[in-house]
Amino acid sequence: MFGKKRVAIVGAGLTLFRRRLKETGKELSYEASKMALDAAGMELRDMQSVVLGTAPDAFDGVHMKGEYLADGAGAYRKPYTRVFVGGGTGVFTPLAGWWHVASGQFDSCLVVAEEKMSSCYPHPQYAFTTIFDPILERPLGMNLIWIFALEMHRYMHKHGIKKEDIARVSVKNKGNALDHPCAQLGAKITVEDVLNSEVMAWPVQRLDVSPTSDGGAALVLVSEDVAKEITDDPVWIDGAGWCIDSTLWTNRDLYYPDYVECAARMAYKMAGIKNPPKEIDLAEPYDPFDYKELHHMEGLLLCKKGEAPKLTAEGVTQRDGDLPINPSGGLLGVGNPIAAAGLMKVCEIFWQLRGEAGKRQIPGDPRTGLAQAWGDLMQYGSVIVLRR
Amino acid sequence: MSEKIKDYRGEALKSADFKEGRVPTEKCRPKAKFAWSAGIAIGRFLEELKKGKIIASTCSKCGRIMVPPRIYCENCFKPTDGWKYVKDTGTINTYSVSYLAADASRLKEPILVAIIDLDGASKNMGLIHKLGEVDKDEIKFGMKVKAVWKPKEERVGAITDIKYFKPIKEATP
Repeated sequence: MFGKKRVAIVGAGLTLFRRRLKETGKELSYEASKMALDAAGMELRDMQSVVLGTAPDAFDGVHMKGEYLADGAGAYRKPYTRVFVGGGTGVFTPLAGWWHVASGQFDSCLVVAEEKMSSCYPHPQYAFTTIFDPILERPLGMNLIWIFALEMHRYMHKHGIKKEDIARVSVKNKGNALDHPCAQLGAKITVEDVLNSEVMAWPVQRLDVSPTSDGGAALVLVSEDVAKEITDDPVWIDGAGWCIDSTLWTNRDLYYPDYVECAARMAYKMAGIKNPPKEIDLAEPYDPFDYKELHHMEGLLLCKKGEAPKLTAEGVTQRDGDLPINPSGGLLGVGNPIAAAGLMKVCEIFWQLRGEAGKRQIPGDPRTGLAQAWGDLMQYGSVIVLRR
Repeated sequence: MSEKIKDYRGEALKSADFKEGRVPTEKCRPKAKFAWSAGIAIGRFLEELKKGKIIASTCSKCGRIMVPPRIYCENCFKPTDGWKYVKDTGTINTYSVSYLAADASRLKEPILVAIIDLDGASKNMGLIHKLGEVDKDEIKFGMKVKAVWKPKEERVGAITDIKYFKPIKEATP
């Protein structure tokens, strides 16, 4: 490809994830950005461009969130872009940062993701109802959980998967999150706890679901030339992929996310990955619900269709397993401030590949990791492959 | 979090801190309202619902019979070139028993919701709607269902002109 430059991540930052934080969205953006710059040993003046990701404006009730958050994200008087692809935003944001630098237009890009869901009350759930088709869907009294329930049920039916096969994901991720200092919902729970939790929309129960959260995350991206000057330990963005399906979400078989496969294949092709389960050392697939981790492992071609629950039961996806999945604790454990949650996954891969993940560090010498996010009306996949 | 970073920022609040005024806040309810044109394809679809019929649009290139109808085929990216009635019967593709209302408040009596693959439409052309006249424990994947329409004089050209779908009772010998 002509002129495409290799891009490195050289710093990452993250705030606490909580149901409600006192900080405003701007303040959260600032804290995460400053932490990432400090970690990289850089100043804002070193950043030639800024990309910000944040999810629906409706959470904040501020209908120019990108502009509103800009100075908190360090974009003051700089080339600046806000991107938004629903739940896929958190991984799409560093992809947008990547093309800023890969294109050769900039040598550096500050990538920031923020979400403050608590401003919408009594529950941000109501803001979600405005994502549905106003003519055909909203008159039915849609709730966001319905669509996940319908997808989860279809996935279970197609492969004969039981609820307990899925609940193990929640147990694992909430357990992993106990070792994450920013986590909102780290907990030691059992499969029975999940199966006995409140039924929200069958088959979705309370402990199948990630929480709503406030939080921020950030990365510093630089070109290869700059990376070699400032660090001995860069992490490279070697794969980028993204893909969208239609908002006509009832017009596809929900048992399998083809659009995630499409995004994954794009990223694997760029990274030269031929055999994903063998060549990827750890992954952070998007897990707003426990079944989604399994669904996405399959869409990412990390296993065969319908095989992810078996790998989970066998312990393959534990931190000390052959293919650690969501060692951070994921959205189920760390929390789900939407855009920031996706970027938190990229931060986790960055720290894991640098051997800085502390108690969460996976054994061995991980060289290649993947993060993925997913969103909109069950139609969007964004995939990033990182290498040390 | 990197083990190199010791101080991570954020000050957690409880909802009581908001309710009891322990932190400064400001509240507002925007008064914006919306009125949507149903558009060309869905406009026709709603007019047909008012007559008690379900209409699809068709693409002669890929051969799909599409519900809800559209004026362009997103697959072939060309105009659709026909209209075709499909049946008001179909098969349950997937379903949920929801105890959540739109605002996440809890319901005593669950809403039964399903994606229904309509007879006469192409594969996977599902429609989301509610189920009725069925116990939640009797719903099955692949169950045959039929639309229950509002009386003609009550129909207004809306998706809710169909009250719900109910199981078609198999003829028992």
